[in-house]
Order: sequence, then structure tokens, then C-alpha cells
Amino acid sequence: MKTFEARLGRFVIKYSIPLILLSLLVVAGTGYGTRFLTFSSNSRMFFSEDNPELQAFNALEQTYTKFENVFFTIAPKSKNVFTRDVLGAVQDLTEKSWKMPYSSRVDSITNYQHTKVEGDDLIVEDLVENAEQLTDEQLQEVRDIALNEPLLKGRLISLSGHVTGVNVNVIKPDENGKVSDTISEAAYALQAEMQRKYPQLDIYVTGVVMIDTTFEQATEEDITLLVPIMCGLLLLILAICLRSALGMGLTFLVIVFSTLTGLGLAGWLGIPMNPASANAPTIILTLAVADSVHILTTMFHQMRNGLDRHQAIEHSIRINFQPVLVTSLTTAVGFLTMNFSDAPPFRDLGNVVAMGIIAAFFYSVLLLPALAAILPLKAAKSSPSISPSSYIYERLADFIVRRRTAIFWTMIIMIIGATTGISRIQLDDDFVKFFSPHFDFRRATDFTAENLTGMYMIDWDLNSGGEGGVNEPEYQHTIEAFADWFRRQKYVCHVYTFTDIMKQINRNMHDNDPVYYRLPEERNLAAQYLLLYEMNLPFGLDLNDRINIDKSASRMTVSLVGASTREMRELEVAGRGWLKENAPPSMYTQGSGVTMMFAHLSERNIKSMLSSSLFALGLISIIMVIVLRSVKLGLLSLIPNIAPAFMGFGVWGYAVGQVGLAVSVLIAMTMGIVVDDTVHFLSKYQRGRTEQAMSPEDAIRFAFRTVAAPMWISTVTLVGGFIVLACSGFQINAHMGSMTAITISFALLLDFFFLPVLLLQFDRSAPSAPSISSVPAQTD
Amino acid sequence: MKFFTDWPGVVVLLLGIFFSPLCEKISRAETPEEKGLAIIMEAERRDQGFGDLVTDMVMILRNRNGQESRREVTNKVLEKKGDGDKSLSVFHTPRDIRGTALLTFSHKSGDDEQWLYLPALKRVKRINSRNKSGSFVGSEFSYEDISSQEIEEYTYKYLRDEELDGHACTVSEYYPVDAENSGYSRQMVWRDKDEYRIQKVDFYDRKNSLLKTLTMKGYKQYEGKYWRAGEMHMMNHQSGKSTVLLYSTYRFHTGLTDNDFNKNSLKRAR
Repeated sequence: MKTFEARLGRFVIKYSIPLILLSLLVVAGTGYGTRFLTFSSNSRMFFSEDNPELQAFNALEQTYTKFENVFFTIAPKSKNVFTRDVLGAVQDLTEKSWKMPYSSRVDSITNYQHTKVEGDDLIVEDLVENAEQLTDEQLQEVRDIALNEPLLKGRLISLSGHVTGVNVNVIKPDENGKVSDTISEAAYALQAEMQRKYPQLDIYVTGVVMIDTTFEQATEEDITLLVPIMCGLLLLILAICLRSALGMGLTFLVIVFSTLTGLGLAGWLGIPMNPASANAPTIILTLAVADSVHILTTMFHQMRNGLDRHQAIEHSIRINFQPVLVTSLTTAVGFLTMNFSDAPPFRDLGNVVAMGIIAAFFYSVLLLPALAAILPLKAAKSSPSISPSSYIYERLADFIVRRRTAIFWTMIIMIIGATTGISRIQLDDDFVKFFSPHFDFRRATDFTAENLTGMYMIDWDLNSGGEGGVNEPEYQHTIEAFADWFRRQKYVCHVYTFTDIMKQINRNMHDNDPVYYRLPEERNLAAQYLLLYEMNLPFGLDLNDRINIDKSASRMTVSLVGASTREMRELEVAGRGWLKENAPPSMYTQGSGVTMMFAHLSERNIKSMLSSSLFALGLISIIMVIVLRSVKLGLLSLIPNIAPAFMGFGVWGYAVGQVGLAVSVLIAMTMGIVVDDTVHFLSKYQRGRTEQAMSPEDAIRFAFRTVAAPMWISTVTLVGGFIVLACSGFQINAHMGSMTAITISFALLLDFFFLPVLLLQFDRSAPSAPSISSVPAQTD
Repeated sequence: MKFFTDWPGVVVLLLGIFFSPLCEKISRAETPEEKGLAIIMEAERRDQGFGDLVTDMVMILRNRNGQESRREVTNKVLEKKGDGDKSLSVFHTPRDIRGTALLTFSHKSGDDEQWLYLPALKRVKRINSRNKSGSFVGSEFSYEDISSQEIEEYTYKYLRDEELDGHACTVSEYYPVDAENSGYSRQMVWRDKDEYRIQKVDFYDRKNSLLKTLTMKGYKQYEGKYWRAGEMHMMNHQSGKSTVLLYSTYRFHTGLTDNDFNKNSLKRAR
């Protein structure tokens, strides 16, 4: 009886032309979908719809106003903001910012609504009007007011008055992808215009909208920069491995087709390109190459052994079909597990890569041999030599068999030693540090953080418990105490609350008597002060972003600078604790906002990925058991499959420590990949034991002789590929690349040193009867 | 026969006959600017002579969450010939601002004057009325939107005729004269041709994006002459918030005088 694999080889040769045409049709059809690829650039894309922090944030935005901004930081070279020309420039920028697309509110030191008394009247007006005509005394007065104003200092003016900011709130219409681009283009254009007009100033642009566009920039950069590097690297490896220009060309065709199919299907299915899924091409290229290399190396080997091209193709398909299928399947399973991630970009990445891998499988076993059948492929004279000669592997096998106990304990110590580093890992998703310093956004944000204010904010939606309750003196006193408590905490650079406005008005209403710089003691009075103040505010500068419509709740914003996300989380927890102890139950709430969403991002994703990674591990182990037809070997394979990821974490803990979102998907992603080498090694060992009735020792030597070289080559390729990914300017990808490279290296180490000694330790039974499998022993 | 019992219809008919030479003049107006001005002048002319007016208003604020908040206000307006109207708004709810009263003297030229009486402080405070563009008590209306608008505060341009909800309308644009202190670059106003009533207004912000839409509903005619809307719906397209003004009663010619519109009357206002 002919096996499926054997029939497949003949089929592919017989129908090579139709298969090639069919493949071309499929590539064209699926690849056409790349036209529909969309780019998603939004800091919220990392959060699923049922993410609790996102929900809290949405509720906050629905109650007050949307929180999206562009922030201009203005640093005069003179280091003094309070001059006629600098204030004039700030006024100019403020005025122009109102005209930016989608801008809804602009705040600066010049349009700050300063309150004062004149006779019996409360005057509310811009702090600076006609800056160019200010006298020196007036300049000094403006300076004194600004540097002592709790609403401004540490937010829009630095404590020493050397840097100032203009904050532009924007309201983006829902569901419109290009809006962020439009806004940030306008912001950068305005920056350039101002920079030309006022060369004595340095102007930086940051803000939430800029994060969005920088995500897109990073995505684009990854695709345009990393993919070509990846292609170059793969061509180099292929050239060395195959030493056949035509073979290299065919393999390249297969991997490019696989990538096109994966991306094209993403386009057809409407999966967006985002900073995570943008790496799908790099990863597909890396993973797809192995299939072709396996098929071509076997084929060339057989041709060197004297088979003609068609026979060699048949042989290669017969012996490679199953391992290629199994490795493709396990890798795809690993990537599909990413669908359990709470962060949608990883689901997209997982799905696109899985589709690419499945495509690679079909192109490798159908298109590649079909093309090989009709093209004049020639094998190189001698076998390729990227890897050490087989003599070395045999020595290695001997060494392992001889020193098994010492090696066993060394490996155990190594695994434990590396793994303990996990305790040093700190979860940190700093959305500013996501971007390497060569991005404008990162530089602008770093400068702003050092000189003016932080981008990290914790918002508190404080409910008074009833309509109009924000005017209750007790409520206001609690908020004041809460704000004061925060102002005493480390890393807090600004607290924004309406109670500072209340104190200011109260003083104004008492002839500017500093004694009355305190909260009004009567609810009606507070309400009427607030009404008076609001009636005086100009367009766009109302209190709707601070107080909700029925005046039952207000929003307090705490800005932080220099804190790690762990410290931010701790501060939020401490804030909650303060509320629990010092505020009425109605006011108790959690801190929210973009910062808090990212601060919990890793934890949330690790939780969602942990069980699913275990599920994938189980599934992959079942596949192993079925393929190896041995429960024992399947279970043993768990160790070299799972340990590398933990060792990778541990080494990362020792070397770097800080890790973010990348960590959550590492197990799912690497397991499917590292399992490939284990499959290859164990299947050869199994063949040795069952088909050739070898002792475990001999079976290990046999496995080393046959698969060590391909394992080495594929590991080098994969590590190379993921190191390319590690060069990404986007931190999550860079971390994912480095950690995967480390993990895969450990996997090879364990497959070479630990798996054999484990087999020697636990596979002591007599060789089982030769399998009835009709697959002939592979001896190449 | 019914025709003769339908007396408002007769009034309309007679008015139409009486003013038809004028209407003709409007349609023959040479430039769009002149035509725009003619339309507003006709609307103003038709509303003249109401003397004074008292109305109760409920203001309902809604945010994107669908949460609501209500404010109840009584408005009094005194028509002034030769200058802008005087108006007085007294708040009844929320409780915290009960008795708070806002007095406004509109002027045809120069800034309006405004005072706010704070019962908790028992004092009257002047308001910087250049800031008419700001939100009125947290609503989507600015004072600019609900105060009596004087012809001189805008320039006009007739755009086109258009049917809107069964009304044949003229569409004109209004441009603020004091652009610096207005929140808008322009307003697009739909007025029905029958009665010159505002049906809809689109407000464009300073960067010329559509900011809000005002829709007027439930027009009723009072004293056989003056049309007043029962509902004003203001939708802010950018923030997603909205405000509805519901007017329950309109009482004309109640005998108000200047004495009811001064700083002292503010304190008495209930």
C-alpha cells in the first residue's frame, strides 16, 4: 500500500504545471487583499472592549469630555518665558491652535482665565492680552501670578518659569482612522511655522494624538526597514545552506508568497496593521523558510546520492511531509493561542502569522516540488557547511552518552539558575518608552518631562452623591485634602482640581484678602460663585471638562513625572486607600485614564494568556504524543518545550529586568517554534529505537547524526530573524524579538544536552517491536 | 366657509397681500448680502411691537452617557425702541442657585451690559459680557445663542432657497461683526418663507467646522402676530452633548417697565 506521502510526491510531479498555475492564482487572489490593508493607530487599540480599565476610561470621557490632546512645549533659548516676545509667541500659538483641525479647547498661560476684583466687580479675563505692549511691571505681575497659580505651575509653566506649554484638546469623531494623521500633520506644520517665525524658541510637540501617529510611524518603519533586512539575511542563509541560485530563488519565492498570502488574507478579512501585526511579515518569512529548506536539502542530498531529480523530489516529500505538517501545525497552534490575549493587536499578529504558516506549508509541499520538477535544479557538489561537520555531532553524542549524569545535573542547575531570574522581572508598560529615542514624540516627551510636566495622568471621577453636591463644603474640603495629599507624594508634578478656582474666587469676592484664599463655607454661596465664574468664561474654556452636567461629580487629574508604571500603580492604590479612609463612600473610586490602562496592560494580558498558553501546551503535547505514538516521549518532550521560555524570562530578568506586554505572548509564541526541533530530534530517536531496534544510546547517536545539522541551521535562521525583530524601534517588538531569540537558543541547548540525558534516564525499557509503519527508516 | 372662520389664515393672507410689494423687493434684491439683510430686517419688523414678554423655561442638559440635568428659569424681556432689548432671567432650580438673576442690556453698538445677582451674597456683580460666547450655565447654548440678537451684530448673506421639513425656507449665513469675541466663524440659518421663523441653525466654530445644530420646534403664534418656538434643541456634534429648552408659557404685554430691569429689581426678582 502506498502511503499518502508517497502518492503526493508522484501527484506533484505529474500535475506540476496545473499546480503551479493554481498556486499563482491563489497568490494573486489572496495577495490582492494587501490593497485593503488598513493601518490602525490608536493608543486604545491595545485594549479589548471589555477591558475594565478601558471601560472606566470611556465612562469618564462620556461624563466629561474626551481626553485627547496635542501639547506644545515652548522653551525660549533665553530661559525666560516672561518677556514680551515669548509671551507674544505663546499668544500667537494659542490663537493658531484654536484653528487646528478638531481642536476643541486650548489652554496656555496667556489665555488662562485670571480672576481679579475691580471695585465691586469680578473680572475674569486672559492673563495676557497684547503681550508686546506689556510694561516691565506688568510682565513681573504676570510672572508672579503664573508661578503661584496652582492651575498653571507644573502644568503649563515650569516652576522656574523657563519653559511653558500650550495644551490643545481635540475631539476626534468616532471611527475615523485618518483623523489622528490630520491632527498631527497640522500640529507638526504649526510647530515648523512657529519655529521659523520665532527662532529664539525651541518648540516640541507631544500629547496623546502624537502617540497615535507615532504608533503608525513605528509600524511603517518596521515594515519598510525590517522586512528588507530580513529578506537580505534570509538570502544570505539560503545561499550558504543550499548553494544553488535556483534553489535559493525557489525558496525565496515560497516565503514571499506565504507572506503575501498571510498579509493579503489579513486585508480581505479586515485585520488591521498595527505595531504588533506589522511584524507578521518578518515572522512569516523567518518561519516559512524552514519548510522549504528541509525539502530542498533532502532533495539535493538524494541527488548527490545518485537519484534523478524526480525521484529525489518524491523521496523528499515522502520523508518530510509529516514533520513539515506537524511543525507547521504546532507553530500555527501557538500563534493562534494569541487570540486569547486581551490586547487585540496580538490577536491580529497571531492570526496573520498562522495564516502565513499554513500558506507556507502548502506552498512548500505543492508549489516548491512542482517548480523543482520542471526547472533544471542542480545539487551543489559537496554538502553545505554552515554547520559543523557531522564528525563533531558524533563526538558530541558520545560525550553526552558518556557524561550523562554530570550533564544532567549541570543542566538542572542551569535551568533552575536561569529560571530564578524571573523574580527580578518587573512589569512595566511605559507608553513613552515604547518608542526608541529616534522618534520625535519620544524626544519631545522626554524634554517636557524633564522641564515642565509629565504625560502620565491619573484621573479621579469623584462623586458627591447627589445633584449639585460639588458645591457642598464638605465635598470640596475632602477634594482639597485629597489634592494636597497627592501634592506631597513623590513623582506628582501637578494636581488639577476645580477647588483651586473656588478658593481664588472666594478671595476675589473678599477684596482679595489672602485670608479668604480658602473654600467657601456655604453650599449656596459656592454654587453661586461658580455660576458667576462660569458666566464669565469665554468660548471653549468652560468647566465642562472638570464638573459633570448635574454638578454631582468632579474630575481631579494628577500628573506624574519620572515614575515607573509600577510606582504609578502603587500610587493609584495608595490614592484609593486614602479615599477609603478619609472620604465618604460615594467618593470612593479607582483612578483611571490612559496611563492607568497601560499600567495594568501587562498584568491583564498575562492573566488572559496564562491559561491559554497552558491550553496550547496541552494541545501541542497531544500532537506530539500522536506523532511519536508514545505517551512517554510526548510527556518528556514537555520539558524541552516549556523550560526554554522560563529560562528566557529568567535571563531577561537578570539582564534587563523591565518587560512589558511582550512577555505575555512569549510562551504561546515560542512554544510552537521550539517544539519543531524537539519533533525532529524525537522522531529520529524514535525511528532508531523502533525501526532499527537500537539501544537508547545508539538511537541518540543516530538522531544526532541525522538531525543535528538541520536543527542547528534552523535555529541560526530563527535566532537571526528574531534578532532583526529586536532592532525594531517599537519596544514591545524589540523585546519580543530579543526574548524569542534567547528562548530559541535555550531550546537548542536543551534539545542537544538535556533531552538526550532525559531519554537515557527515563527510556530504559527494551526497544519495542518494529513499528508497522511503512515509512522506511531515514538514513540520510 | 371654513376659510372665513380660520382667522389666523386670513391674517396671514392679508399680511401677504399687504406686504407683497415688499416681498417682491426682497426677491429682486441685487446682491446676496442685501438679500440676506432684507430677510433679517423683515423678520425683525414682523416681531416688532411685542412690548414685553414673560416666559418660563426648562433647560435639560444631556451628556454622552445620557445623564440629564434640569434648570428652571423665568425670562422677562422688555422691547426697547432704538436700542437693544433688556432682559432678566431668574433661576428657580437647581436649589443652590434659586433666586439668582441675570440682567442684560443689549446694545446695538458696543458691548452689552450684564449683571448677576447672587442671593447667597446679597450682592449684584457685573459680568464681563464680552464673553457672550461661553457656555450658558453649563449648557450647549452660549448666551450669544439665546439672547436677543441685534441686527447690527452680524453681517448677512443669502445663500439659497431650500425645503426643510415641509417648509419652504431661505438659507442665509450670519457673520459676527465682533469676530474676536464670538465663538463662531459663521451661522447658517434656515428661515421659513411664510413667517420668517428660524427653523434651524448650524453653528460653525472658529476653524469653520460644524460645531452645533439648533432646531426649533412647536412654533405657536401669540397675539395673532408673534411666533415663538416651544422647543429649542441644541446638539453639539463635537462633544456629543445636547441641551433642550422647553418654553411652557409666553405672556405678552404684561406691563413691564424699565423699573423691572435695573440692578435693584434683580434682588426683587423671583
